[in-house]
Amino acid sequence: MRSLPSKARTLWLALLVIVLNASGNLSLTVGMRSLPDKMSANPLDYIRAMFHPLVALGIVLLILWLLTRMALFSWADLSFVVPVTAAGYILAAILGHFFLGEKVTLTNWLGTLLIFFGTAFVGATKPLTTECAGSSQ
Amino acid sequence: MRREFAVKWILLSVIVVATVLGDLLQSYEMKRSGEQAVDARGLAKLLRMIVSRRYLLLSVVAMAVSFFAFMALVQIAPLSFAVPASAATFVLETLLAKFVLKERVGPRRAAGALLVLGGVILLAR
Repeated sequence: MRSLPSKARTLWLALLVIVLNASGNLSLTVGMRSLPDKMSANPLDYIRAMFHPLVALGIVLLILWLLTRMALFSWADLSFVVPVTAAGYILAAILGHFFLGEKVTLTNWLGTLLIFFGTAFVGATKPLTTECAGSSQ
Repeated sequence: MRREFAVKWILLSVIVVATVLGDLLQSYEMKRSGEQAVDARGLAKLLRMIVSRRYLLLSVVAMAVSFFAFMALVQIAPLSFAVPASAATFVLETLLAKFVLKERVGPRRAAGALLVLGGVILLAR
């Protein structure tokens, strides 16, 4: 990624953040739904759930999401990262529809279209508009 | 009923405040730290940074508070309320990015954030 121009690198990292979040949430949801018992208020239930392979995979993906998003914050503005990574809502709707059989209405698809245009609007702006400390790599 | 109504709005306020605080602190601290790598070594360094930098640790705590408050909210309110209502963070974060972090939020970026907000509201209906 280092050989790409700075804006392209930032957009690739944003895409990675989006994919990690959506796949982490999907894995966590499928894992939690396949557990034999419903969750109670007992914390032990949650600890036991973490040993389910899909729940564990979901947690690992979400930790990676947290770290890559932190890196993205070192590359781009908050007002750039938040709307651009909102494209994850689109991916969540598509994954929910195709993998979990969730109903997505016409209004919902219109919503994803608005998010797409919003993300494209913000994605076209300069990612970093403030002073940033030098590279620490 | 009245109590549940109050709890719903309190939880929503907690979500919004915790999310905004978490993102604001993370953005501020990460910009101060300089551009970070996303290879294995870079990710390990980021993990160490969370425990060694006060603002980053606080931001992760704020994210956890927001996550658990969201879990509690969806138990007493429909997702079609919880998701769009918590999307208020888009507007607040864009405003705070401009006035606190001194980012340049031009018309295109502001319009984009508003479109995303509208999209999230429609997506949750």
